[in-house]
Amino acid sequence: MTPDPLHLSPNIPQGGPGGGARPPGPAAGRYLTALGAILHRELARFLGQKSRLVAALVRPLVWLLVFAAGFRAALGLSITPPYQTYITYETYILPGLLGMICLFNGMQSSLSLVYDREMGSMRLLLTAPLPRGWLLFAKLLAGTLISLLQCLVFLGIGYAWGIRPPLAGLLAVIPALLLTGLMLGALGLLLSSLIRQLENFAGVMNFVIFPMFFLSSALYPLWKMAEASPALARACALNPFTQAVELIRFSLYLTPNWPALGWTCLATAIFAAAALYGYDPARGFTRAKG
Amino acid sequence: MTRTPPRRTAPPLPRVGRGWGRGAAPLAATLALVLATPARTDEIWVTNEKDDTISVIDTATLEVTRTIPTGERPRGITFSKDFSRVYICASDSDTVQVMDPATGEILHDLPSGEDPEQFVLHPDDRHLWIANEDDAVTTVVDVESRKVVAQINVGIEPEGMGVSRDGSIVVTTSETTNMAHWIDTATHQIIANTLVDSRPRHAEFTETELWVSSEIGGTVTVFDIATKAEKAKIRFALPGVNQDLIQPVGFEFTPDLTTAFVALGPSNHVAVVNMQTYEVETYILVGRRVWHLAFNRDHSQLFTTNGVSGDVTVIDVASRTALKSIKVGRFPWGAAFRPTE
Repeated sequence: MTPDPLHLSPNIPQGGPGGGARPPGPAAGRYLTALGAILHRELARFLGQKSRLVAALVRPLVWLLVFAAGFRAALGLSITPPYQTYITYETYILPGLLGMICLFNGMQSSLSLVYDREMGSMRLLLTAPLPRGWLLFAKLLAGTLISLLQCLVFLGIGYAWGIRPPLAGLLAVIPALLLTGLMLGALGLLLSSLIRQLENFAGVMNFVIFPMFFLSSALYPLWKMAEASPALARACALNPFTQAVELIRFSLYLTPNWPALGWTCLATAIFAAAALYGYDPARGFTRAKG
Repeated sequence: MTRTPPRRTAPPLPRVGRGWGRGAAPLAATLALVLATPARTDEIWVTNEKDDTISVIDTATLEVTRTIPTGERPRGITFSKDFSRVYICASDSDTVQVMDPATGEILHDLPSGEDPEQFVLHPDDRHLWIANEDDAVTTVVDVESRKVVAQINVGIEPEGMGVSRDGSIVVTTSETTNMAHWIDTATHQIIANTLVDSRPRHAEFTETELWVSSEIGGTVTVFDIATKAEKAKIRFALPGVNQDLIQPVGFEFTPDLTTAFVALGPSNHVAVVNMQTYEVETYILVGRRVWHLAFNRDHSQLFTTNGVSGDVTVIDVASRTALKSIKVGRFPWGAAFRPTE
């Protein structure tokens, strides 16, 4: 039998080409119904857990209110695009902390996918007679919207704290946050296809989240990193998280950054394709591992 | 140092012929307006202490459009009432230079005494009152006859110069004596000396008050003109910034006298002070070692000279936020507004 990363029983009808029986009705309607149901479930679950929102905001808030205050003087003053004048360190790290919210949320989605898989609810979800890719996309989109919600609350707190990008920038940043959320959510999906047990999730923290976050422009500009080590600065520039943070930063200040947009789109496509591959029971990574 | 420019009204719109039809009339009027009204390209002039130049900033594009050579170490800068002349303290050339702002040509020098640092143009538009830092005197020069009218002994290292709105009093502040010397402009006699905190740098009058900043003392002292008594003392505190770095230097008032903007030197911030309560309302981050300030025409933007970072930060007055920093020469010092229409 083909190893199934989703732990699906072969006698349960699956969606997608060659899947089980499909309910009658227009195809688009079925797709949207499934999308709406998954979004509703994820959102209801998130809103039902008030502590989750608080917990999600505490981490970046600690960085903003404590870490940034301590490092304000250490990092000195500079003018780097998209900023046109001198900025406080709090202003600098705000886009990085928005990226941090998306990063942790993406990884949390991956954790919950592994959990769902272990508990069997993933199996229930994927019994829907729709392509697996669509169902995974719906999960991805739900996680991204939750990230966006958290980011908007965080932006509001930042605004009250005195970090005030242009008002139009608060609108312009939404697509950038959505794209970042999709990219990191796709990465989370990919990781969840690789991780077999919840216990292995600690490795994600050590080998994915920390390197991605600290080896980026979230906390310090790349020119500052280059002063210490040009090799590290180049590594930071290659990090897709750096590109996503820069996309957020430039969008907030209404300045186009095509390379960051291109790299973020490319990374999103690669992670999504790899995640789809990973979740394919016939060819997935778990099969490769035996 | 800046002077509020005279208010100007737009020229009347030309009449448009009837035969042009309904749609053409507004179009023609707009076209006529565009052709008749020269583009508003006001300027901020900034002296660059280390480059011996002036950088001219276009207030519309916020870019440097001209760099003009001057004498050595230009610092204080001010325009004549009609903006046809600009006076520049060329400190290390020991002269005040008179320049044609349209061409950038130095027309002549004025006898200023040694090391002129700051000056103020009397409301009569004829007498420059100049602080001579090395000689401990204030020199009065007639800009038309180009002769020294008087020299008044003041405290050691005079620097800040202010003139009352009615022109009856000029104040010189002396950096080492830590005093504001009140001089009667009619008799050229000192009529009062008032103590201020360490190293007074700049002085400005309102109708009823004199404000003096003290760089080392870290304060601005407000005096009542009538009694010459101290009325208030403004102190500054920036979270995370050492108190020693908070050094008030230049400042400017909004025309309605509700708000003062005070440059705080190496703390790299400008303080926004409520002129009724004398409380600091907020601080604005600008470039390094912010020194002097100048408003644009409608006082919607404030330009700060940042000596160490070699740039000028533009502040949006309404939102009290820094908009942009513009690279100029090395060690920008003084700033003055010039309308070009």
